[in-house]
Amino acid sequence: MSFIKELWAFMMARKKFWLFPIIIMMVLFGGLIVLTQGSAVAPFIYTLF
Amino acid sequence: MASRILGISAYYHDSAAALLVDGEIIAAAQEERFTRKKHDAAFPHHAIQYCLEEAGCALGDIDHVVFYDKPFLKFERLLETYLAFAPKGFQSFRRAMPIWLKEKLFQKRMLKEALEKDAPDFAWDERLMFSEHHLSHAGSAFFPSPFEDAVVLTMDGVGEWTTTSVAIGRGNDLKIHKELHFPHSLGLLYSAFTYYTGFKVNSGEYKVMGLAPYGEPKYKDKIISEIMDLKDDGSFLLDQSFFNYCTGLTMTSEKFHDLFGAPPRKADKDPLTQDHMDLAASVQAVTEEVMLRITRSLADEFKIPNLCLAGGVALNCVGNGKILKDSAFENIWIQPAAGDAGGALGAALTAHHMTFGGKRTIAQPAQDAMKGSYLGPRYEQNDIEARLTALGAQFEAVSEADMLEYGASALAEEQALGWFQGRMEFGPRALGGRSILGDPRSETMQKTLNLKIKYRESFRPFAPAVLREHVADWFEIDEDSPYMLLVANVQEKRHLQMTEEEKALFGIEKLNIKRSDIPAVTHVDYSARIQTVHEATNPLYYRLIKRFHEKTGCPVIVNTSFNVRGEPIVNTPEDAFRCFMGTEMDSLIVGHCILKKADQDPALAKDYKDAFELD
Repeated sequence: MSFIKELWAFMMARKKFWLFPIIIMMVLFGGLIVLTQGSAVAPFIYTLF
Repeated sequence: MASRILGISAYYHDSAAALLVDGEIIAAAQEERFTRKKHDAAFPHHAIQYCLEEAGCALGDIDHVVFYDKPFLKFERLLETYLAFAPKGFQSFRRAMPIWLKEKLFQKRMLKEALEKDAPDFAWDERLMFSEHHLSHAGSAFFPSPFEDAVVLTMDGVGEWTTTSVAIGRGNDLKIHKELHFPHSLGLLYSAFTYYTGFKVNSGEYKVMGLAPYGEPKYKDKIISEIMDLKDDGSFLLDQSFFNYCTGLTMTSEKFHDLFGAPPRKADKDPLTQDHMDLAASVQAVTEEVMLRITRSLADEFKIPNLCLAGGVALNCVGNGKILKDSAFENIWIQPAAGDAGGALGAALTAHHMTFGGKRTIAQPAQDAMKGSYLGPRYEQNDIEARLTALGAQFEAVSEADMLEYGASALAEEQALGWFQGRMEFGPRALGGRSILGDPRSETMQKTLNLKIKYRESFRPFAPAVLREHVADWFEIDEDSPYMLLVANVQEKRHLQMTEEEKALFGIEKLNIKRSDIPAVTHVDYSARIQTVHEATNPLYYRLIKRFHEKTGCPVIVNTSFNVRGEPIVNTPEDAFRCFMGTEMDSLIVGHCILKKADQDPALAKDYKDAFELD
């Protein structure tokens, strides 16, 4: 719950409300990927992640 | 009660911890030195434990823990980047999301849990703080510097959004004035060429820099005119059609390969050619051009004579040397742990000074607060002897004078000497605490050290350590360079004339030509990455070189890090002994103990060459 609060506070501070629906969609989509896959291995290009 | 602030960098690469007590840097160390995993990204449990031991306190005594970057901001960049390039980049998105949604987005919780393991009864929520990545770098560059005010320039691959930042530091305050944002990054441009020339991103950049003097910068104009939009003030945009790092799993795109006429070099199959050296020379020249344009314009704009540097690009000591020579700024100070490990220190310093208003005092005469970067573990003589005995090592414990005499004589006899003294260095450079030393006058030393001891590529240069008072007599520089972050040429009077045949040689063929009185540390373009050695910061190391000078007339020695290729620098006497036995090092000095290879039981030698993954 504190995570959601912090994420909300972050979006308030950054004033990127247009990102909100996209974040929801992408997180849902990303969540699906997580559920359908076993291990979490980072791609080798370090800089992005 | 004393204020204690712990800085942490973790989860990406080069995890580290740093501890401040009342603003004084008490200890700092990288996790890789303890876990023996190069660039270890894990939570720095060991480094934190060490810092606490050094300060004689427990985790519960820490007032605040500061993490070196902001995960939500990074996630925002990630999502916006995928969105901007969608639907391209799905593969990368598919692979990135699990790690973010399972771990990285919840870094606060991860940090809390990791801290709770050692101190469960604390309200870590209230003690945990986050600093922006480039503010951490800027803090690490300015607060320990010897300047009351300075322009602070940070450049790296990328933090959250920022890739380059300019801040002004005054007293105990630091204000960011401008930034360049992802994907326009000098660090990533350099990494793209590192990848293209067949080296590992994030560790092979040194090799590109070392390779550059063998080539001609024939692609410099092409890079600037076709890939970049470079402005007079050094700001720039990168044409993303040449790159693939925003959406793909490689650094460069097909268009990039077409521009330079070949696919990326495969390290295990394709040999290094002159073209790769020319590419290295070109990206190095572009980097220097950008660095110089930025520093000239900043000197002009802010009229402050002092410059502080940090961020991975500030480890480009050739570029730093050019900035120094350019004289746009009168004084330059570079954070020795300029990469992400130093972010741990910067995050703690930023919180101490900017959040809690901690006063900043500069030691007089003007001196930085890094204590020579000797901020890691040390071992007492009794402990060293007990540890070496337990290993079955044959050694002789002698007086300090005899130890120095043996060391200087061994160097004069062209031995490769392991040197383990005092506290371990913080940052990527060995500065005479955990070093392998040699005689720079030897014609064979570079090859021997590269191929028989470090097991690395023969083209890679070695750095000289020189007594501060003699530096101008041997190199074209008369500044302090205690952290080996400035490159300057060997004095012309020390150069040796090349024959016509030698002059006609090209690229890597130049490697074996004796170019100066100190060939082992003279690169093909007569440059050298200099460490000035000061009696005040490392008296033992200073006296060793002084004794070598008295014996040979040469106040310079070769200093390379105490490790083999792919191995973190040694931390303990045990690490040092293993490395000594696994390589063709001749002698090892640990504290006042002298170990000769011929005296050791050969059965104690383990296969070492292949023990570490190549970098």
